[in-house]
This record gives sequence, structure tokens and C-alpha cells, in this order.
Amino acid sequence: MARIGVVVFPGSNCEYDAKAAMEQLGAQADFIWHTETDLSGLDGVILPGGFAHGDYLRPGALARFSPVMDAVSAFAAQGGSVLGICNGFQVLTEAGLVPGALQKNRGLTFLCKPTTLVVNSTTSVLTRGATVGQELSVPINHFSGSYTCDDETLSRIEANGQIVLRYKDNPNGSRADIAGVSNEAGNVVGLMPHPERAMSTLLGSADGRVLLASFVGLSVNA
Amino acid sequence: MKFFVIVDVTLREGIADPEGATIERALPALGFSGITDVKAGKSFRMNVDADSEAAALEKATALAVRLLSNPVIENAVARIGN
Repeated sequence: MARIGVVVFPGSNCEYDAKAAMEQLGAQADFIWHTETDLSGLDGVILPGGFAHGDYLRPGALARFSPVMDAVSAFAAQGGSVLGICNGFQVLTEAGLVPGALQKNRGLTFLCKPTTLVVNSTTSVLTRGATVGQELSVPINHFSGSYTCDDETLSRIEANGQIVLRYKDNPNGSRADIAGVSNEAGNVVGLMPHPERAMSTLLGSADGRVLLASFVGLSVNA
Repeated sequence: MKFFVIVDVTLREGIADPEGATIERALPALGFSGITDVKAGKSFRMNVDADSEAAALEKATALAVRLLSNPVIENAVARIGN
């Protein structure tokens, strides 16, 4: 059984959803307070959504200096699977674990709605169980979700297959419709949409399952 | 000695500035004309203990690069304030 750690920062608010999603997929999930520094024995780490450290200064800017983040960086460097969802994605960009940055949405509105994602690359831990071109309905819930990076970075991540998910209909002004990116090795992934909120058709969509099942190491294409 | 330092953080050239653009779009309705290229940014003010102005600026710049700005999208400049 995969053991997943869900990091909890002061201000995180999606940790229970992430934990429940992992458990639905048969994984064991435990909370890890942001001051902890021992990630031994884990198969994967999730940085959940929310407003870590109040999102003061910039989303993720203070969270990247939480003690747990050195351990997350070391875990990632050893090839451990790391997933940042929404605010967790912002933390990963601030920590330099995935390329680019997230800015305020185009139009300066908070967006909370379903979006259609298109799988662009299956070389990441989040998308290895999906197929290229597959469309997934997954909700977004953010104010600072507009992905940006410079031209050189964009060419590099496009060439390396690091753009894992794109929006079919760009909701927030993200560069190149980018919804999720990975590091070069594909073991660290960040995305703005919330796959942990798309686990059941009864609640709107179960399309998050294929992504999170990939992450916990199941070869389920739901 | 204590130096009063101001750090200005601005978006790098070519990075979209939705706040600046929104402010600029609002100007005609407020009766302002002839104001263009509005850019939004942040300003931080602090007192820095150091032996010289140069040392104070060096310290503030280090802070600006490590925490106050995200070098992926922003530039930060430290200056001595009044």
C-alpha cells in the first residue's frame, strides 16, 4: 500500500480532501505538519491547496521557507513523487521545484468552476496513467492561477514534455494554456485545478481519479 | 548605524501586469487622461543595521532576492530612503 504524506501548513484548507482522495484510491495518507523534517518511509508527498501562511507577500513565498520544505526538496531530488495542488503548486514554484510562476488571474477575479483539462504529456507521475489528448473535467478554485514563465523556459518545458496539462478553454490567462507542469524528471508535478475534488460523479466529476491513481502508482484509467 | 532602506519590486519586462492594466483601463471613467504605461508593484520599507550605506543596501538586496521578490517574474531594487 502506498504511503502518502499530506503536508499541512498554517492556512492549508484542502488537506482533508487530499487525504480522503488518497484513501479512496487505497493509499495510506497521513498529515505532516509543516515543521516536521522527516519524510522517511513515504512513497509520495502532497502539498495541498489553501492559503499557506496567509498567502502574505506572494502565495507560497513564506511557505517555501517552512522547515518541511528542505525535506521535500531532498525527497524530490531522490526521485520521490511530489504533487502540489493549487496553493501547493504555488509553493513548488516559489521553491524552484517546478519552473515558472503563478500570477493573479487575468481579469483579477477569483475563479471557482469546473474546467476541461487536456492531457498534454504522460511522462509525469500525475499523468502516466492517462493518455495524451484525454479530456478531464476538474474544478479550479483560485485567484493567483495565471501561469507565466519566460520564452526560454516555455520552449524548454514544451520540448521536454513538462507541460502535463493544459486548459481547453483558458480561464485565467495562463501562458500557453498551462494548467500543470512537472520538473524535468517528471516526479514533481504542480497543477492549479483540484483533482481531489473530482473523485465522484455524484459530486460533479470523477476525472481526478485517473490523475491521483497515477500519482499513488495505480495503473487505473478511470 | 541604522539606514532607512526602501525596496521596490516590479514585474520584469514582458510579464503580464493585470493590476496595472486594470488601473489604466479605469482612468478615463475617473476623468484622468494622458496617463499611460501604468505598472503595479510593491514597496517595502525597513531599517537596516550596517556599517555603511553600501553594506545596508547589500543586506537589503539579499533579502529582496531571497524573499521579497520572485526572480522568475520580478525585479527588486534597494535604495536608501529619506
